[in-house]
Amino acid sequence: MAEPMKIRATLAGDVADIKVLMNHIMETGTRKDAKTGQLVPAHHINSITATLGGKTVLDAEIGGAVSKNPYLGFKVKGAKAGDKVTVNWVDNKGDKNSADATVA
Amino acid sequence: MNHQRRTVLKGVGSAAAVGVAVAAGLLKPTVAFAGDRTAFEAKGKDAVMNALKAGGAAESKDITVKAPDIAENGAVVPVEVTSNVAGTDSIAIIAEKNAFPMVGEFHLSNGAQGFIATRIKLANTSQVRAVVKAGGKVYTAAKEVKVTIGGCGG
Repeated sequence: MAEPMKIRATLAGDVADIKVLMNHIMETGTRKDAKTGQLVPAHHINSITATLGGKTVLDAEIGGAVSKNPYLGFKVKGAKAGDKVTVNWVDNKGDKNSADATVA
Repeated sequence: MNHQRRTVLKGVGSAAAVGVAVAAGLLKPTVAFAGDRTAFEAKGKDAVMNALKAGGAAESKDITVKAPDIAENGAVVPVEVTSNVAGTDSIAIIAEKNAFPMVGEFHLSNGAQGFIATRIKLANTSQVRAVVKAGGKVYTAAKEVKVTIGGCGG
């Protein structure tokens, strides 16, 4: 499940505008398979954390109601060019992924 | 954090077995049971609000929920929440008419501003509600999104 994650972090003044695109199926666990009629087991990201320059700026708990291949945008004040952004996620099966980018 | 909790509960299937795992030192109790996902399992908007301890949230004009008036595809509905409430600690998003309304809660710290953009699934035409916690108080605002094709189950 470790498909790449895209992060873009741009600076406007001293505010970093961070956009993250994760690759994940985000199954809710309530959807039925059209062929078998069986419920498709839940498989979604449970938590996302983001750090900027080593400090935690975002700590999120999400569920299956976030769309497939989740997009997340957030803004952090007090950033400067060259700061490192790191985003981690963990899903309900324990899979995880991490990626980083540099504020530009 | 609670990353292992659901996997453990589902995979192992009984609290007794989890107890055995804890006793055997396979799992630290804090890892197995910390974190609270009750809001994600709550059905109905009021139950979610209670799970978030946001039952008495005040409507606030300082919160903006930006979403389309009509979403053709309920599986991908862009939502942006901006909170101008001073000292915003967290933003939660709730899709009121979904079977499980809780979408997510985003805790902001170290300069993160009161802004979250994401894409969510809506099963039906519904109020999309933002719940903002700031300085121990809870505020809320909502916007209705009409859905022509639902995005959950089917």
